[in-house]
Parts: sequence; C-alpha cells; structure tokens
Amino acid sequence: MTTTIETAFDAPLAEPHLRQQLLVLYLSSSALTSTVVGWTRYDGTGASNPTMGDSDEPPYDTGVEALVDGWRLLQMSQLQPHPRGEEYDTGYLPFEFLFERIVSIS
Amino acid sequence: MTASPSTGRVDRKHLMTSVEMAHFVSHGSFRLDGVVPESMNERAIDVLDAGIEPHPYGTPVEDAYPQGSFVRELLDLPAVAGALQSLVGPRPAVDHHAVHVRPPHGGSAQDMHGDAVLDTRTDAFDVQLMYYPREVTLEQGGTLSVPGTHLRRINEGAIGRYQNLRGQTRLTCPAGTVVFLHHGIWHGGRRNDSGQPRYMFKIRFNPTVRQLRLWNTDDIDDPQVRATLATRFPWADGSQGRLELINRAKLWRVLTGDHDFDLDYYLTRERIRPTTLAPGATDPRLGAGGAGDGWGA
Repeated sequence: MTTTIETAFDAPLAEPHLRQQLLVLYLSSSALTSTVVGWTRYDGTGASNPTMGDSDEPPYDTGVEALVDGWRLLQMSQLQPHPRGEEYDTGYLPFEFLFERIVSIS
Repeated sequence: MTASPSTGRVDRKHLMTSVEMAHFVSHGSFRLDGVVPESMNERAIDVLDAGIEPHPYGTPVEDAYPQGSFVRELLDLPAVAGALQSLVGPRPAVDHHAVHVRPPHGGSAQDMHGDAVLDTRTDAFDVQLMYYPREVTLEQGGTLSVPGTHLRRINEGAIGRYQNLRGQTRLTCPAGTVVFLHHGIWHGGRRNDSGQPRYMFKIRFNPTVRQLRLWNTDDIDDPQVRATLATRFPWADGSQGRLELINRAKLWRVLTGDHDFDLDYYLTRERIRPTTLAPGATDPRLGAGGAGDGWGA
C-alpha cells in the first residue's frame, strides 16, 4: 500500500542535524587545477545568505584548492562540440564545477 | 553649433574619440564623471520623484522629451549629446526609460542579468544611459557590472546563478555622472545599506542609422585603439579571452567598415583557404579507384 507524496516526503531526516552547503566554481578551463574566474555559494544551514556581488576575491584560487579544503565534487560541465558556424559565439560560462560539503547545525 | 540629440548637430569636438570608442567595445561601457552641473542635479530629485511620463517604444527623442523639459536639457549637454551620437547616431529612438530609487536600507541585491532578452544582433546595439544626480558611494550599493561581458549571448536572468566574477565592478561616482552601457552587459542592482536614497534615471536608446564611424575618428590610427580593444579581463582567462577578442574585432569591423581588421591573427587565419593547386600536385592515378575499393583495389 502506498502513501501520499506529501506524507512520504514529510518523513523525518535520517540525519536531522546535517545540512548541505553548495559551492559553484567557474574555472578558466576544464582542468580542475585551472584558475577560479567566478564563484557562487548557497547555504543550506540558513545561517547566511550569499548574494550577487558579495565578494570580490574568490574563496579558492583553483578547483583543486576546494577539494583540499574538504569540498566534494558533485558535477562538472561536459565539453560540448562547437556547432559549425557558431565556433566563435560565446554565452554562459562553460567550465562549471559544483561542490558540496555537509555541515552540522547542532 | 548647438548640441542636440534630436537634430544630430553635435560639434565634432564633443564626439567620442576612437580610443574612447575602443573602450566601449572592449568594456561595454563609457562614463562621464560629474558631467551634469550641480544646478541640474539639485532639480533632478524633484523631477525624478514626480516621475517621468512613459511613451511607446521607438518614440523619437524630440517627441519623448520636448524642448524645455529636464530630460531634454540633460541630453543636450554637449558631452552627453556627443557620446550619444557617437554610440547610436543622430536622432536615436527612445526604447524606454525608468526611474530607479532605492530607499535607505532598502531593497535586496538583484540576481545578475542582462537586460531585455537574448539579443541576436551582431551588427547593431542599443545603449542605456544611466544618470546619477547624487553621489553614489559603495555603501549605497551602486550597480554591479562585469566589464567585457556585453558580447556574450545569454538570456536575461538565466545567469542568475553567477554571484561573483573576477573583475566585477561596483559603480561609485560623483553627483552628475552619466554612464552609457552596451545593452548586453551583465549587471545587477545592489542593496542600499546607507541612510540615503539612491537615485538613478535610465533611458534605453535604439539607433536609427547604421552604426558606422559615428564618432570622431581623427585618432583611428592611435596605437592605443588596438591596445584598448585587446584589454583582457580576469573572468575571461585563457581560451575564453581569445573568443572575446575575436568578437570585439568583429564588432570593430562593423563600426569602422574595415573588414580586414583583426586582433592577433584569428579572423585572418580562418580565411586562409587556398584554391590554387601547387605545381606537381596533379596525379592522374589518384581518384581512379571507386569509393570504398579499400586496400588492394
């Protein structure tokens, strides 16, 4: 017998004292050792509220520095082929790396 | 000669130089610090508080802001009229305008964005005039923008995930400053943490003529033009920076009509596709077998 979606998703957290913090780093190439050119943070603890323009200096100089500091890499952007005729077009930042760390709020 | 954006009769000495235009092409902005006299800045607050009537998209300047109005007076200032004519030409159309007032300790930071929508134009651009009648301090949270991002094609708020980029700047300026921005530049308003309201009046202009050599080109051969066009920004390190140079060179070709202009050798190299056969390169045996004959055919 199944329950409602609302009930199922209202189940207690297995580790209620833990929350996720996210760090998005934009690097200058696909190499995790390359320079950080952009950065974004989201705080699942609710203790802080990072926003646009909140810092001029990145928290790390390279992606690897974040690993060394304990961040876990969740995802990196794929290298996409360049459609013919659009090779020089630019848009969104291409080298995005998503990290997490789990912290205690207790 | 009278400076007037509606008639296009701006004295050449008030037009932008080639170096200044190169700055606009590389950075996506051009600023005139304290160019508006204090007597006008004092009057501006009441004018902006009262609001400025909207009008349909594409309205000519002379209809949107009649002679004698405050905004017309602002646009007729020689340096302002000269920059406007240099960027979008005489008799530009008014796209829209807006008065932005951030109350003391008010508002929250906007997400980073580009204005309007994904713009497909590579052979024309709009400019946004930003007028700050009062001094803008860091505490007042002036507009954050990222120099050099204006040629990247993104769709408005889709870049909201980008909180900080190396090389971003927060506008601080003296009272009476006018800034012209390329429509595509990445930016966002910041929270006002001061006890003073922050005033800004914005007008977006569309060109009504081809944007070809509209500025004072007397210094077109100044080495500083090329150096300014080749400015590198820390958010576009490495290969991304090279693409920026290519797109700036393309825009400079549009603005100057010089279709051979290049930065480094990128656009020139891609045209090297010789069609002349080298002597001795014709061997009648080649191509004698059918496709797919494979080895030993």
